[in-house]
Amino acid sequence: MHVVVIGNGVAGVTAARTIRKRSDAKITIVSSESPHFFSRPALMYIYMGHLEFEHTKPYEDHFWRKNRIDLLHARVDAIDTTARSITMNNGSTLTYDALVLATGSRTAFYDWPGQNLRGVHGFTTLQDLAAIEASSVGARKAIVVGGGLIGVEAAEMLHARGIDVTMLVRENAYWRNVLPPEESAMIGAHLARHGIDIRYNTELRSIDGTECVRGVTLTTGETIASNMVMICTGVRPTTDLALRSGIAVQRGIVVNEFFETSAPHVYAVGDCAEQNGIVELLWYSARAHGEHVGAVICGERSPYARDVFYNSAKFFDIEYQTYGSVPAKLDGVTSIVWQHAHKDRFLRIVHRDGIVCGFNALGLRLRAEICMQWIRARTPVDVVLRDLKRANFNEEFFAWEVAV
Amino acid sequence: MTTINIMLPKEITDRHQLPMHERIGYGMVALAAFLLLLGAFGGPLTASPVLYCLLTIGLSTIGGLMVILPRFRQLPGIKNNGVMTSGLTRRGLLAWMLGVAFTAFYVILYWYPEYLGSMTASVDPISWTLRGAPADRWFLYGTLYTVAVLIMGIRMLAKYRHSPYHLVRTASVMLSQLALAFVLPAILVRLHSHEFYFHYFWPLKPDYLFPSSLQALFASDDKLIVFMGFWTVMMSFIAVPVLTYFFGKRWYCSWVCGCGALAETMGDPFRQNSDKSLKAWKAERWIVHGVLVFIVLTTALIWLNSWYGGEILGSWSASWAKAYGFYIGSLFSGVIGVGFYPIMGSRVWCRFGCPQAAILGLLQKWFSRFRITTNGGQCISCGNCSTYCEMGIDVRSYAQRGVDIKRASCVGCGVCASVCPRGVLKLENQ
Ligand SMILES: Cc1cc2nc3c(=O)[nH]c(=O)nc-3n(C[C@H](O)[C@H](O)[C@H](O)COP(=O)(O)OP(=O)(O)OC[C@H]3O[C@@H](n4cnc5c(N)ncnc54)[C@H](O)[C@@H]3O)c2cc1C
Ligand code: SF4
Ligand code: SF4
Repeated sequence: MHVVVIGNGVAGVTAARTIRKRSDAKITIVSSESPHFFSRPALMYIYMGHLEFEHTKPYEDHFWRKNRIDLLHARVDAIDTTARSITMNNGSTLTYDALVLATGSRTAFYDWPGQNLRGVHGFTTLQDLAAIEASSVGARKAIVVGGGLIGVEAAEMLHARGIDVTMLVRENAYWRNVLPPEESAMIGAHLARHGIDIRYNTELRSIDGTECVRGVTLTTGETIASNMVMICTGVRPTTDLALRSGIAVQRGIVVNEFFETSAPHVYAVGDCAEQNGIVELLWYSARAHGEHVGAVICGERSPYARDVFYNSAKFFDIEYQTYGSVPAKLDGVTSIVWQHAHKDRFLRIVHRDGIVCGFNALGLRLRAEICMQWIRARTPVDVVLRDLKRANFNEEFFAWEVAV
Repeated sequence: MTTINIMLPKEITDRHQLPMHERIGYGMVALAAFLLLLGAFGGPLTASPVLYCLLTIGLSTIGGLMVILPRFRQLPGIKNNGVMTSGLTRRGLLAWMLGVAFTAFYVILYWYPEYLGSMTASVDPISWTLRGAPADRWFLYGTLYTVAVLIMGIRMLAKYRHSPYHLVRTASVMLSQLALAFVLPAILVRLHSHEFYFHYFWPLKPDYLFPSSLQALFASDDKLIVFMGFWTVMMSFIAVPVLTYFFGKRWYCSWVCGCGALAETMGDPFRQNSDKSLKAWKAERWIVHGVLVFIVLTTALIWLNSWYGGEILGSWSASWAKAYGFYIGSLFSGVIGVGFYPIMGSRVWCRFGCPQAAILGLLQKWFSRFRITTNGGQCISCGNCSTYCEMGIDVRSYAQRGVDIKRASCVGCGVCASVCPRGVLKLENQ
């Protein structure tokens, strides 16, 4: 059997590794961005000088040969789903018995005037990073469009290199479409303390300049001068190859609960896949998809059941973790909230009729297993409060006296 | 095919010019080092030891603090900005120059002390105050070492002050170096004419368990000196395994030990240069356990020799012990261990050479409650933990699989847990 994987991101690589653990199939990964797998969320650390590109590779280069996973650094231009073959941009072809599409996602540009000017960047790929690096030379001021997770990373990294940052946020508080008001407010204040100029209730109308960026115009008509513009308003699944090859695509490549696409022997996982109408643009989901599809390809045909949701991020110096569901508007749930008097530390436990359903933590580390187990088992919130110490994952000597 | 530029241009530092107070501070440290060297040739400087001391130890302390103290005003949190783009911290010209300077210092200190000239005069005032005797080269070395640990310790406190674990641990190594390695031995010399380090045991100080030194301790009329004999035997055979069972090797390596003290303070800017490859791990296991076998054999030989009245082995065991002192004690721990800080990271000796670490490591791996636990699937494989592990442990390879880290070499410094942007790692004694 020959399994071909397109895309060496976390989804594709996890699928390949899972298959290798379970079978002797020949495995080939074809990817165009970089010869080896690297950690996409670590891009900002390269820019800030915390890491070099080499450090962001989760496996040493000899790992692939040792595990008999062939790597091809090429772009796939066509899939023939009847002949079961793919064609690459170097003209060569490969035939497959199973094909995994793990083509990921890219920055979405919403046709703003001036979005092709020099100095306007998306921030998802290595090539983006190299372009950002080139624009940064001599830059004094940057606009970050969008107040989400990638936006705050963009703001932090530019700021770390001495570039003044203005962030344009559509909502009236930071990431308010996802976070409840207290969390939004705490992070917004933290960014401001770091010297980020955040403008709420603002939207981009156009990017101005002739060849290079000179500034932006907001929908209010206000203009702000800048040398760089970072587009962080979201990403879009990379589906063009699937679309061209006659595979069903909506927002992402449509898959069933076995990650099977509309074409036989073709699967899709990670950022590019759409399951039950949902595209999950998360590292953790992409990894879980990869594990599952690997098992499916090796003959364990069980439907994918999503585990309790979790995510984490870092907003400058504030670590963020979330488990289960904490709706931004807090509809139909009751919160128990603890906040440190003067430090950036915050915990929200959410329950529905006394049954715990979610956690938000800022500046605190919670133990994932315990929180997820509580949510899975529909634990009464008093039990959670009584045993809260078990969920402490902070370092030693950390004062964990949650006075709820 | 599109070719990509993966090696990003290195141009961060030139735009971030050092602030004025830092430039003056570094200048003062450099001037102090130059004046110290100048003293080797004698002259007016060394004629007045108090002035010489102020212009070297004093000036470098003030300069160091000028650079470091303002950092307490920055917002707390991990800031490794520019570590990989600065030549000093990423094996650039400056790093090599510093490495050569450190190495040269050790070579002169161990083998060509005559070139130190009257440099020891710089610490004479301190030596008279503490020990009631003039300084020798070892006292000079001890003073410089302690000053480095204290000043760079303050830097460490500033850098990691968001983390209570680092505050406590750094304070501990600083205190240990100042009290147990510097002041107490000096006072012991003054009051009991016997130099003794309560925080070093066999096999890091192999001669502490050699028959000649033990016999001398136990034969003394001075109760304190007899106590030293008990202490050293008790620490080597009982306290080390018991404490390591409960806390892992960190109770010693990153809380008490003098080599650890320097690594955790002056070595911190260089920690990312340790080799993380599988090859390095293999080499580490062979070399460090080789050293341990060597020192165990040496000690056994010397005891045998002593039991048989020195007749069986003749002078052979003594020269063996001398060889150990030269190759391991001086060459490895000093020249390579500290001299290569800027190139190979701060823990070369601790990782590849220290027999104490080898014992603690075996205990940690097989008989200890200490481990680093990982937080479910939260790892994003970014690599910060592995990169900043001074022991060259590929922490990520465990974290991304969600398994506990239980490695012999881990000194429990806790930096991997601090630099992790997703709160994945936790040091535990469960
Ligand atoms: C800056 C940034 C920070 C992030 N931080 C986090 C975070 O903290 N937590 C989190 O959960 N998620 C984070 N994410 C999201 C996370 O990185 C993605 O969810 C994850 O990388 C998706 O993995 P993937 O394998 O599906 O796709 P990708 O990682 O996007 O990999 C797809 C690969 O396929 C290649 N490819 C596409 N088409 C072709 C073709 N036709 N031929 C050959 N190769 C092709 C692409 O070049 C690419 O290399 C972040 C994303 C970014 C951009
Ligand atoms: S694994 Fe972590 S705690 Fe252990 S030595 Fe490395 S960085 Fe320090
Ligand atoms: S630093 Fe944290 S997130 Fe990054 S690789 Fe290590 S454990 Fe994973």
